[in-house]
Amino acid sequence: MSLQTLVGEIETRFTGVVIEKIVDEKKLVKIVVSPENIKSVALYLRDSLGFDHVKAVTGVDLSRLLKKESRIEVIYHLGSYTREELSKSDMALSTKLDKANPRMPSLNDVWPSCEYHEREVYEMFGVVFEGHPDLRRLLLPEYWMDMPPMLKEYEPPGR
Amino acid sequence: MTVLERKEDVRKAEFYDVGEAALKVSYGPQHPGTGHFRLVVTISGDTVLEADPDPGFVHRGEEKLAEYKTWITNIPHLERPVILDSAGIQYAYVLAVEKLMGVEPPERAKYLRPIMAELQRIGSHLYWFALYGVFLGHSTMFLWCFGDREYLVDLTSLIGGQRITHAYFVPGGVRNDAPKNVPQELVKEFSRYYRMVTGKDLPLNTTDFRKYTLAVCEFFDQRLNDYWDMFFNNELFIARTKDVGVLRREDAVRLGAVGTTLRASGVEYDNRVNNPYDAYPNFKFEVPVGIKGDCYDRAVVGFKEMRESVKIIMQAVEMMPDGPVKAKQHPINIRVPAGEAVARTEAARGEMMYYIRSDGGDKPYRVKISPPSFRLLPVMKYLLRGEQIANIPPIYWSLNYWPVEADR
Repeated sequence: MSLQTLVGEIETRFTGVVIEKIVDEKKLVKIVVSPENIKSVALYLRDSLGFDHVKAVTGVDLSRLLKKESRIEVIYHLGSYTREELSKSDMALSTKLDKANPRMPSLNDVWPSCEYHEREVYEMFGVVFEGHPDLRRLLLPEYWMDMPPMLKEYEPPGR
Repeated sequence: MTVLERKEDVRKAEFYDVGEAALKVSYGPQHPGTGHFRLVVTISGDTVLEADPDPGFVHRGEEKLAEYKTWITNIPHLERPVILDSAGIQYAYVLAVEKLMGVEPPERAKYLRPIMAELQRIGSHLYWFALYGVFLGHSTMFLWCFGDREYLVDLTSLIGGQRITHAYFVPGGVRNDAPKNVPQELVKEFSRYYRMVTGKDLPLNTTDFRKYTLAVCEFFDQRLNDYWDMFFNNELFIARTKDVGVLRREDAVRLGAVGTTLRASGVEYDNRVNNPYDAYPNFKFEVPVGIKGDCYDRAVVGFKEMRESVKIIMQAVEMMPDGPVKAKQHPINIRVPAGEAVARTEAARGEMMYYIRSDGGDKPYRVKISPPSFRLLPVMKYLLRGEQIANIPPIYWSLNYWPVEADR
């Protein structure tokens, strides 16, 4: 099954939930949903379509793109070890959060593999994952007092 | 209560009431041979109740740095996290940029890249086993691995120009071609080592690059038999690693394990086969898989992988066509069309993933690195729970975890 039919399946099952999509099997297949719906779509992707682990959770600050949006995008890169035909292309589930108050439900109970990835996005972008069992700083030093460093407003010192 | 019973108990309980007997110990952050890393372990007696991996001591902000550098000047610093597997770790970056630019490397470059990546995979695995040996009190393995690694590193320096961190891959090919000839001194040095190890004379009196590479590969392939007798089939090694840190198949999938750890648990997943790139579909090689998923299986899968890498290098050297190695000479400032792309490769430690977003400028808008070591953190946390303190080193080293790579 190609990812294109798979995205079609998601769209028919969850009508009106997919806000945006990119379908390019060579580069990236991405569906954008709202934070309220992300958990139900995630459960469907895991239980019915066989995406059993998260490869990465990426945060992107969208405020300096050509089309300026004061939002943070959180992308879950999904993968499957159990279904071989899904391993050739890259599937991603994403959501866009308000930059002033970035909050979304944690998907840690759907995919336990994203525990540390979510912690990283929390410290680097300030996104609060509600329901995460252990939302602490991960990589930054304990004395870090500045804003989350991966936001575009943050200018590294010495430049 | 026996240790085994307690272990099952700890595994089952979600929250373990540690009571007053528990002690929180900081394991690290000394440099365990790979980079600074700390484990905060809660222990009762000598049983680990909870292990909390604490990375970040060698965090360098590579992802932020990548947003300030141009597409080409990003390459050297992105391979710094794992200098001994520098080709493997930046491979995916170059592939992702190529996807966005829509360029395809020439045929010869598609063979040179796997040669470099596989040489570094072997070098990286040798480094792994050298330190694994040291931490289990087997220093012969350390000396042997480093002795043999030297000749493979010499090969990478012949191709890439430096011993480590070559910045060899560029979007649209590789930086330079492999040399036609090997320096006479290198052949002399290798034949001296060959005579020392095997007691025979090197059946080679040419400086031809292909023949020299094949000779080194054949020598190393034979040498692996010695490794098996000396280290992997060694009573001491088996006693420390067999049935220790068992990761079942379903747990490996659930926790998102990668690389040798994943394959040792019986999941046949290798990006060189499942998501092939460059010339990998043309090579015949196997993906070694373990059965049980204990520390011993993880080491043996790594050992067998070296043999498969030798096979790939020998095939690539034979099959490599002549021709250009670069699509065209790129200026330092390239512009990449706007868009998003993901590329995945199999680095020495497992699946390496890059997510790249471009806004059409001369610098990336966002570069996300998802290194294999970072994805092993939940596995490490799971495996150490309920183990004895003495089993921390075998489990830690069996994962082939590299702190600098995880921290970026």
